[in-house]
Amino acid sequence: MPAVSKGDGMRGLAVFISDIRNCKSKEAEIKRINKELANIRSKFKGDKALDGYSKKKYVCKLLFIFLLGHDIDFGHMEAVNLLSSNKYTEKQIGYLFISVLVNSNSELIRLINNAIKNDLASRNPTFMCLALHCIANVGSREMAEAFASEIPRILVAGDTMDSVKQSAALCLLRLYKTSPDLVLMGEWTSRVVHLLNDQHMGVVTAAISLITCLSQKNPEEFKTCVSLAVSRLSRIVSSASTDLQDYTYYFVPAPWLSCKLLRLLQCYPPPEDGAVKGRLVECLETILNKAQEPPKSKKVQHSNAKNAILFEAIALIIHYDSEPNLLVRACNQLGQFLQHRETNLRYLALESMCTLASSEFSHEAVKTHIETVISALKTERDVSVRQRAADLLYAMCDRSNAKQIVAEMLSYLETADYSIREEMVLKVAILAEKYAVDYSWYVDTILNLIRIAGDYVSEEVWYRVIQIVINRDDVQGYAAKTVFEALQAPACHENMVKVGGYILGEFGNLIAGDPRSSPLIQFNLLHSKFHLCSVPTRALLLSTYIKFINLFPETKSTIQEVLRCDSQIRNSDVELQQRAVEYLKLSSIASTDVLATVLEEMPPFPERESSILAKLKKKKGPGAVSGSELEEGKRDGGELNGGAERGIDAAATIASNASTPSPSADLLGLRSGAPAGTAAPSASSLLVDVFSEAAPAAPSAVAEENFLSSAPNSCSFGAEECSPPLPESDELLNKFVCKNNGVLFENQLLQIGVKSEYRQNLGRMYLFYGNKTSVQFLNFSTAVTCPGELQSQLNVQTKPAEPVVEGGAQVQQVLNIECLSDFSEAPLLNIKFRYGGALQNITLKLPITINKFFQPTEMSSQDFFQRWKQLSLPQQEAQKIFKAKNAMDAEVLKAKLLGLGTALLENVDPNPENFVCAGVIQTKAKQVGCLLRLEPNAQAQMYRLTLRSSKDTVSKRLCELLAEQF
Amino acid sequence: MIGGLFIYNHKGEVLISRVYRDDIGRNAVDAFRVNVIHARQQVRSPVTNIARTSFFHVKRSNIWLAAVTKQNVNAAMVFEFLYKMCDVMTAYFGKISEENIKNNFVLIYELLDEILDFGYPQNSETGALKTFITQQGIKSQHHTKEEQSQITSQVTGQIGWRREGIKYRRNELFLDVLESVNLLMSPQGQVLSAHVSGRVVMKSYLSGMPECKFGMNDKIVIDKQGKGGTADDAGKSELGGSGKQSIAIDDCTFHQCVRLSKFDSERSISFIPPDGEYELMRYRTTKDIILPFRVIPLVREVGRTKLEVKVVIKSNFKPSLLAQKIEVRIPTPLNTSGVQVICMKGKAKYKASENAIVWKIKRMAGMKESQISAEIELLPTNDKKKWARPPISMNFEVPFAPSGLKVRYLKVFEPKLNYSDHDVIKWVRYIGRSGIYETRC
Repeated sequence: MPAVSKGDGMRGLAVFISDIRNCKSKEAEIKRINKELANIRSKFKGDKALDGYSKKKYVCKLLFIFLLGHDIDFGHMEAVNLLSSNKYTEKQIGYLFISVLVNSNSELIRLINNAIKNDLASRNPTFMCLALHCIANVGSREMAEAFASEIPRILVAGDTMDSVKQSAALCLLRLYKTSPDLVLMGEWTSRVVHLLNDQHMGVVTAAISLITCLSQKNPEEFKTCVSLAVSRLSRIVSSASTDLQDYTYYFVPAPWLSCKLLRLLQCYPPPEDGAVKGRLVECLETILNKAQEPPKSKKVQHSNAKNAILFEAIALIIHYDSEPNLLVRACNQLGQFLQHRETNLRYLALESMCTLASSEFSHEAVKTHIETVISALKTERDVSVRQRAADLLYAMCDRSNAKQIVAEMLSYLETADYSIREEMVLKVAILAEKYAVDYSWYVDTILNLIRIAGDYVSEEVWYRVIQIVINRDDVQGYAAKTVFEALQAPACHENMVKVGGYILGEFGNLIAGDPRSSPLIQFNLLHSKFHLCSVPTRALLLSTYIKFINLFPETKSTIQEVLRCDSQIRNSDVELQQRAVEYLKLSSIASTDVLATVLEEMPPFPERESSILAKLKKKKGPGAVSGSELEEGKRDGGELNGGAERGIDAAATIASNASTPSPSADLLGLRSGAPAGTAAPSASSLLVDVFSEAAPAAPSAVAEENFLSSAPNSCSFGAEECSPPLPESDELLNKFVCKNNGVLFENQLLQIGVKSEYRQNLGRMYLFYGNKTSVQFLNFSTAVTCPGELQSQLNVQTKPAEPVVEGGAQVQQVLNIECLSDFSEAPLLNIKFRYGGALQNITLKLPITINKFFQPTEMSSQDFFQRWKQLSLPQQEAQKIFKAKNAMDAEVLKAKLLGLGTALLENVDPNPENFVCAGVIQTKAKQVGCLLRLEPNAQAQMYRLTLRSSKDTVSKRLCELLAEQF
Repeated sequence: MIGGLFIYNHKGEVLISRVYRDDIGRNAVDAFRVNVIHARQQVRSPVTNIARTSFFHVKRSNIWLAAVTKQNVNAAMVFEFLYKMCDVMTAYFGKISEENIKNNFVLIYELLDEILDFGYPQNSETGALKTFITQQGIKSQHHTKEEQSQITSQVTGQIGWRREGIKYRRNELFLDVLESVNLLMSPQGQVLSAHVSGRVVMKSYLSGMPECKFGMNDKIVIDKQGKGGTADDAGKSELGGSGKQSIAIDDCTFHQCVRLSKFDSERSISFIPPDGEYELMRYRTTKDIILPFRVIPLVREVGRTKLEVKVVIKSNFKPSLLAQKIEVRIPTPLNTSGVQVICMKGKAKYKASENAIVWKIKRMAGMKESQISAEIELLPTNDKKKWARPPISMNFEVPFAPSGLKVRYLKVFEPKLNYSDHDVIKWVRYIGRSGIYETRC
């Protein structure tokens, strides 16, 4: 850059700035600025033209005033004039003003663009650089529109100066980041890649930033950069520190460039060409070797630069995950850093090791550092480093060291920082479960966990321990004993009371033989905690008491006494009161075998993914827990969640659910039909009996309806009364293929909203009828019909809606749906009501389509194509080619395909543009596997949709449905 | 109660720091500096709450006075105290400035010890304070033991504001009625809001413990007398000069020496005055205000780059009276690039630093008229924001009370000493000043 000559000192500006600095108060400063502004205005307004120097000076002052936080609304024109000056300093100030103050003023933008164009076309490199910097600094869409095509040309032109190339590359990067759609790939892309071979290191450094950004979006087009990058890297790494003169930083050759190269390589899989790969491995080895060399300088910059390269190299090694030798060496290197003085280095080492631990080659090597990591967890002063240490312990844990690690984490938990406690608790819970060899150890660990950090133990954790105890016969007795002992502590956490209450209620009989834990002692122990607990816990304890009555008849009178007392039976909390009343009645009326059936031991829980793991994932954000963990979670999760609440509710509080429909009651309603619950359905029919005797006034009809399995309440309606479906109802139907909630229908009078949920072959749909008028609807009735053969394919049950809908009010109707076999029609919903005397009759198609019963299936690329080939009969496939109705946005497509209910399989199809999905349609009769492939063609705005399934009608129907969606 | 009191200079450096209660820590000093004095935006609220600590501040020239408390105190009390504190300091060493405070900091600490005790305000009457806090030091040989014991009884006694045994050769008193008149007027000459806030300030040099009685043309008193049939003819003829007989006072406050019980029952203002200068009462009126000046603005925009302004002022009082220090401030648009002014009287100048034309006239008699016209050149700007046209404001001083208040009498009785009301020399002066006196244009 040309040095500022003495004559350009701008004394006036200096004086003005020192005046402002010397102002004693804000008011004085504002006065000074006002004066200066008036002066500049009169100068700009003055008749005689200003020379370049004074123009520059005043524009500079304006800029200074603007940067002090005052509004500037003039001087733009003068700044633009400066752009056409031939003096560097004047041009520079002009560009500076514009890049700071420009707004999208149409008139000026045109002038500015013109000036920039002139400068770009000039052969003067400094002017070109100024113009490029201005474009990049403004970086607006208008700029991109005007120059996106121009800059690549400058970048690849043979006669462009190096400094201009540098600026052009960075400018293009900026434009690409702000408006990627305007920077079009062309023949210049390949030439950009070859900039990696440029003589000038600055150009390479600038270009590589651009290439990294571009290749992340279009990996295919930039594939050739890998070999170039490797050769460049090897040249830098093998060069002596003096070779690169200007680009040697504290004896490290071109550290920034090396880091960027290594980062670029992390965008691609390991090179397939043996020679290239060999060279790269050599480079990485050299980098690791260099780390062992004694430092050439004591300066911190030297070691920083060296370590930066080293950590990038290790990141690359981990990314490739294919060189056991390198991985182990990297691990050893990191091990050295674990004890380094520098806190930042320790942090980085722990973080990198976390990823190393998940690689099978280096897992063992990481494990050798366990002692160091544990001491780091205990002694580090910085909480973020301790957090990383905890992460690493979690990552390196396996069956061999689980006991040690869990014990260490538990002991650390007592002193742990509040911010990481909850996460630590989750991790301990997961590790304890995952690597539990004997379940008594597991139970001990979790109870300890609740004891130490009860406040941070989330619901999921204690649900889980209960599930495991229930699903494992061998541990039940031990669990009951341990819990009993734990409860004897004078102060125990509420979560402990919950676990204790549940487990003693189920398995208290296993320890009742011991006189020290006789039934009555058990009960008294639990009841001593009762008054200190919150309402949900008390509710749980009440259920425990009724279970005690079943387990130990001798406690019956004591417990009835407790239930009968005013604080229970007249409790102000509805739930508690209801439980107390019902349990009291249940215990006094029902015979012992009825009691035994109702209060049977809970059935084992169905196996599902651990909810704790899900919670940890949610906490950490997507992608934080690696896929392998997920797999393991599934494999190891021999016993799973579903919410222990479910058990309690199902067995004991059916009645309360029936009369107060709460969200949990809905869940229950769905599940009671599911094959998992064996006790619940059998109990419910009994319970209805009990109720009809005990409480004749109770709304037993309502109770029945909530249990479709026990009291089917199908609706029969005269089909001839229904009007034909509305012409637009097909279109309305299509709206709901990929979503479950929304507005189904709306006219001037009525709005119908839909909310639905599906599980396996069952579904539940809520219809909300909203009266949009101020007058009530009379004789309001709705009917659901299944025309033709649909009757045998789909079972839809509902109860009649209320006959009167008040003006402005909304009524809700619940539909229970069961899919018997695959179907292609949609059931009809007929609504009739009187509005102001006139009969309204509306028929709609209910948005129930076959895809609602999809269960997503995850599978690997290999599995997918194997199955794809298996379904190759011509009738199994349905294909359609159609024109896009909406813009082809990948994110929108993804969302739609997920809404369909299938699993969207990433990285399966060789062409990343294509979408591949898999799922199983669950019907009562059978399950139909489905594979889907959607190939968008952006140029033609067309899609090709291919569906293969084991049943031809399903393929066809799905193909029809989906073709309307995109 | 006040927990502490700090005085800062314009840079936020602490000049005086006096902490009265333990709940105020040293960090409170910094909190106020950071959050108020050095705040990014100008803090306009006089009360600021930072971390459950309340800061009450007043600013005198470049000096900040801040009272700090953690309790729920009466804010009006705190401000009254701060104003009083300013008055006391002014009475002791003149203008409140950084230099004066630095030169008198021992005195200020002494004063602060005296007028605030554990955060509770004490006697802050300058006259009383001056008897025992002196700038020269106490000349002990002249102060007998009796006199010193007198201080205690006086400070704690019923009449804390006056000591006994004052003697003057000439009994004299000065009465000033100082008013400031506030106005907001529409361009068409309609009064949008107007009020007068006034003070009656008295300087008394009277011997002994005189009992004074003050009378003015308060509407309630005049009406009562008229109704009672005991019309004071002499009083009426005294008032004869001005057009109206009585004024309606909206609210008023008195110095602590005034016997409020007597005011409540008889509406008579009787008191034993402190020695020296003090403020007898403050009041406010909103009805029938005499507006001394009328401003008639005329603004014409000629194209985008030119503005013509013509302002006429008319004086509206007796031609024999002279108004002084007249200053009219005509705001100019923010994009003014040049101004030409022509005025018939006085001097006018465009002040760029204040974005205004300032027109000054030294003197002007009543029932006169004067005019200024200006041509303002504008620089075209990018944004289309219109000029907000701030009001034209005015400053002046007139020798009468714009509220119409008149002093009817001030009687002095001193039964113990041998001088009567007639022997006292009394001086009355009226000064009307402009407060915020604005006309929209």
